[in-house]
Amino acid sequence: MTETTLYDRFERVIDTDPKLVVAVLAVIYLAYIASGVAFGYSLRGQLNSLANLTFYIGVFGMLALALNLHWGYTGLFNIGIVGFMGIGVYVTAILAKPPVAQGGAAQVGGFGLPLGIAVIGGVFMAAFFGLLVGLPALRLRADYLAIVTIAFSEIVRFTMMSRTFQEFTVPDTVLGYDLAADTVGLGGGGGLILNYASPLEALLHALYLWEPYLGFVSFVQANLIANNPRPVVDGVVYGLLLLAVCGLYYWLLTWTGESPFGRVLKAIREDEDVANALGKDTNRFKLKSFVLGCALMGFGGILWYAGRGSITPPSFRPNITFFVWIALIIGGAGSNTGSFLGGAVFAALLYEGPRYIKNLIEVAFNLGDGPGNFGQAMAALGSLDPVPFVLYTLNSISELRLVIMGVVLIWLMHNRPEGMLGHRKETAASIDLSRPGGAKSDAAAADGGDQQ
Amino acid sequence: MSEADESAGEPSIPIEDTDEMSTVPLEVENLRKTFGGITAVDDVSFEVEKGSLTGLIGPNGAGKSTTFNLITGMHDPDSGTVRFNGEEITGLAPHEIANRGLARTFQIARELEEMTVLENMMLAPKGQIGETLWRSVTPGVRSDVQRQETQHLERVWEVLDFFEIDHLAEEYAGNLSGGQRKLLEMARALLTDPDMLLLDEPFAGVNPSLEKRLLEHVHELREQGYTFLIVEHDMDLIMENCERVIVMHQGRVLKDGTPAEVKQSEEVIEAYLGGEV
Amino acid sequence: MGVSETYARGRRLAGEQPFAIVVGLVAVWLVWFLVEGLVTGRIRVSNVLSYAWDGLLRGLIVGLAGIGLSMTYSILNFANFSHGDYITSGAFSGWAVTYLLAGLGEANIGSLLLVGAGGSVFGGALGIGITTSPLAVVVGMLIAGAASIGLALFIDRFVYKPIRDESGIALLITSVGVAFALRYIIVFVFGTDVRGTTSAGEVPRVSFYLIDGSFRINAHDITLLVVAVGLMLGVHLLLQTTKLGKAMRAMSDNEDLARITGIPTEQVIRATWIVGGGLTGIAGYMFVLWKGTLGFNDGWLLLLLVFAAVILGGIGSIYGAIAGGIVIGLTASMSVIWIPSEFGRAAAFFVMIVILLFKPQGIFSGRTTA
Repeated sequence: MTETTLYDRFERVIDTDPKLVVAVLAVIYLAYIASGVAFGYSLRGQLNSLANLTFYIGVFGMLALALNLHWGYTGLFNIGIVGFMGIGVYVTAILAKPPVAQGGAAQVGGFGLPLGIAVIGGVFMAAFFGLLVGLPALRLRADYLAIVTIAFSEIVRFTMMSRTFQEFTVPDTVLGYDLAADTVGLGGGGGLILNYASPLEALLHALYLWEPYLGFVSFVQANLIANNPRPVVDGVVYGLLLLAVCGLYYWLLTWTGESPFGRVLKAIREDEDVANALGKDTNRFKLKSFVLGCALMGFGGILWYAGRGSITPPSFRPNITFFVWIALIIGGAGSNTGSFLGGAVFAALLYEGPRYIKNLIEVAFNLGDGPGNFGQAMAALGSLDPVPFVLYTLNSISELRLVIMGVVLIWLMHNRPEGMLGHRKETAASIDLSRPGGAKSDAAAADGGDQQ
Repeated sequence: MSEADESAGEPSIPIEDTDEMSTVPLEVENLRKTFGGITAVDDVSFEVEKGSLTGLIGPNGAGKSTTFNLITGMHDPDSGTVRFNGEEITGLAPHEIANRGLARTFQIARELEEMTVLENMMLAPKGQIGETLWRSVTPGVRSDVQRQETQHLERVWEVLDFFEIDHLAEEYAGNLSGGQRKLLEMARALLTDPDMLLLDEPFAGVNPSLEKRLLEHVHELREQGYTFLIVEHDMDLIMENCERVIVMHQGRVLKDGTPAEVKQSEEVIEAYLGGEV
Repeated sequence: MGVSETYARGRRLAGEQPFAIVVGLVAVWLVWFLVEGLVTGRIRVSNVLSYAWDGLLRGLIVGLAGIGLSMTYSILNFANFSHGDYITSGAFSGWAVTYLLAGLGEANIGSLLLVGAGGSVFGGALGIGITTSPLAVVVGMLIAGAASIGLALFIDRFVYKPIRDESGIALLITSVGVAFALRYIIVFVFGTDVRGTTSAGEVPRVSFYLIDGSFRINAHDITLLVVAVGLMLGVHLLLQTTKLGKAMRAMSDNEDLARITGIPTEQVIRATWIVGGGLTGIAGYMFVLWKGTLGFNDGWLLLLLVFAAVILGGIGSIYGAIAGGIVIGLTASMSVIWIPSEFGRAAAFFVMIVILLFKPQGIFSGRTTA
């Protein structure tokens, strides 16, 4: 019996959600490719922009999935996401950076640990701070929890920026261990230079795939992109890797949700007193959910930033937190499929879309420089020359896209607060809950709907 | 609800017999609670006998619901003790009390609206191994979780059949009628394997035919060995169905006795019935 | 068994008492550190006074902006995350007018109206200050208030009113959208650069010598003090003596009850936005006058401090917001005595978090929202 149920479930799942995901992704990618072709992008340009798109789909998908565990499942209003991301990356960086300071006297060193261990350390610390914040704060009502978490994330950022934590000298030995590090620290306002092997390279080495990978790069060089193909290939492969991680998040969170554990989380979201009265220690469940989500956010932060050349505190402003929230609301809180799709749509349309369009227009029409400020643009518009205003708008696209995001968020809250996918019935159980041994009476089931 | 269901045979939910269960599962002693200077519950003491159907009545604001909340741990008493099956449970968290076998329902049925009836029911069983996160997400171990869920599911359907709400199984709890919610809530409470059930106004807002059904279920369950304490507004209903009645008034226990005794009590007539009888 | 019961009881009791003890201990340590520092000369008396003065003024701004936030938080029942950008909007509108009045004839009107976007005009060069261009400042301040009122009413009409009956969380999320839209429209129009607005050298100031150092007060400090205290008194009179004030207080206590008793809620809501918005805009304007710089992030960066003040004072309490603002301002400024200066704001947030955790109804008022 289990065999058939499993198969049925598999079939049902294949029937709907993955098809939907593939369809949405296909539309997004085709739109990007088509407009790229229309505007005459080179293959290199195409691949670069697709890699970039995939990167943001990956990170926003991941973070939206993690947030869905907090908000969609457990009803925890966390707007400190970026703080946990930052903790993850900073800890990873400090653990992985080589001990000897490189890149100028202002740079601090690190512990020189293998990147894999450093990443685990980063995720662990994000989880630990989740515990630290969650332990006292999870009993607060939603809006208070929101304020506590955003204040926490700002305190994290102040700490990154502070001179006090900029640099420490590490003692030669601690408890008898000879530590490699000389100086460590958060680097202050200048941030940290990530002078360790790229995460992709480290991963491929660990999987003994580095040589084949270099072979593949040579193949690309010989056949597709003659000039310096490594960055392009790196970008594409890293993007695909992120999508794979999204898959892992999806699987982990779906199993989390479709289980007795997830059922209790859902019950907490609906009415904590009831869950309590049914013998569930709701505080423990909330804490576990919060800590797991924070760990996933920390990992998301690491995958977003740890592959860059450097990290600086301004990257960890609350804006990122709200981006993830917008992604989740687009997709629909409570649904894992919705969360990922929300992340993808947000990344493609709102985050990358406007910049992409701007690039396309710039490549297609050589419009020259725009006016330096709004006044000149308006003055020209006043004398019936719209070009400067259009140019100014295009040049301001990275700011304007935040206006668009704001308006989209307002629109969604007015018209479709349940998100793109609408109201979904995702049953919180590890098994199919229909009557064991088949339906007892179909007629009875049919009259269920009109009992209200 | 269809005739076919009835004739399929009444499923029963026998209570598991435990030897150490005392004959007086619930003892409340000198319970007191004030809210900002107002004494809601004032020196309340009573006992509930095993296998009995006891009613707790009183006018609005008599302190019935507060007493309930004190017993089930939703509020902490200022003083006094609550003992359940011989163990003191005063001031324990609600989930700890529930896990000792004292289940409750709420005055206004509090359904988990965006969860289906089945999910509501599956939530209730105690000792679910899948409530430990790592078990639910570890390949291999998850199959144990699924095995246990399959066992629980069978019982869930039994109880759904017993309460005759099996046809609503896939419905969102938020879409049920008031009476159906009361049924669901009682069914859910029953699935926690309680020794005793505290029902807070289980018949409020329920139409007469459903009320009759609910009462039948209560009597049936009592015959199977469950103990009930019921808070109710409706005097007649309590008088007809309970073997013992506790009357509260202004935070105090006014009278504690059989329906006949209560009916004849001068104080009760004066304070509560106000000359209507 | 016995242990778990005792533990459970202890845990429930652990609400207030240990909190008071810890706060007491921390306070004792802080005072000891300060006194010891003052006695040994490690901390200067004049510095402490300067920090306190700075903190008081900062606190008045936070309190002034907090009145509006507190009112809408309790009457409309949501945490308005766009409040910070109302502050910024008020500041930009007011300063555009001040630039125009102070610089008319000296620079082109477009640059003036854009508050010198892209470095086209400098406030210092226009000689802006309360003594050098009093009319421009006063008119600018009034416009700042008026513009914020207009904006608040406009946004309420088209954004919040249609979803008035939704949950506080839905409104909160919506307000994040409003905040984004407003902030980056401001960026679109005025640019991202932080500009100097006043002619710092020309602001009259007095300097006292105090025991071990000097202590300065300038004319903009005094202006801020007078305006803020004046407006706070005005709000006090409004709430205590007018029918409108009574209705507002009733609504912040219990909206449903107020509706049943026939208080015209929509009118009260409008009045709330008018009073709150006006104060917020003026607070934004005065903030910029006082610190001498203006940037698109000013209000957003102030917002969490304003939240801190409102929570500290108890949501819905106007006097609480004022007192909370001053406490938060003093905390942010004076904390440098004990901790590194870059953690001033962090200290204020920390105080807010502690209050939320242990005394969420605030410390100045027993009243909470429903």
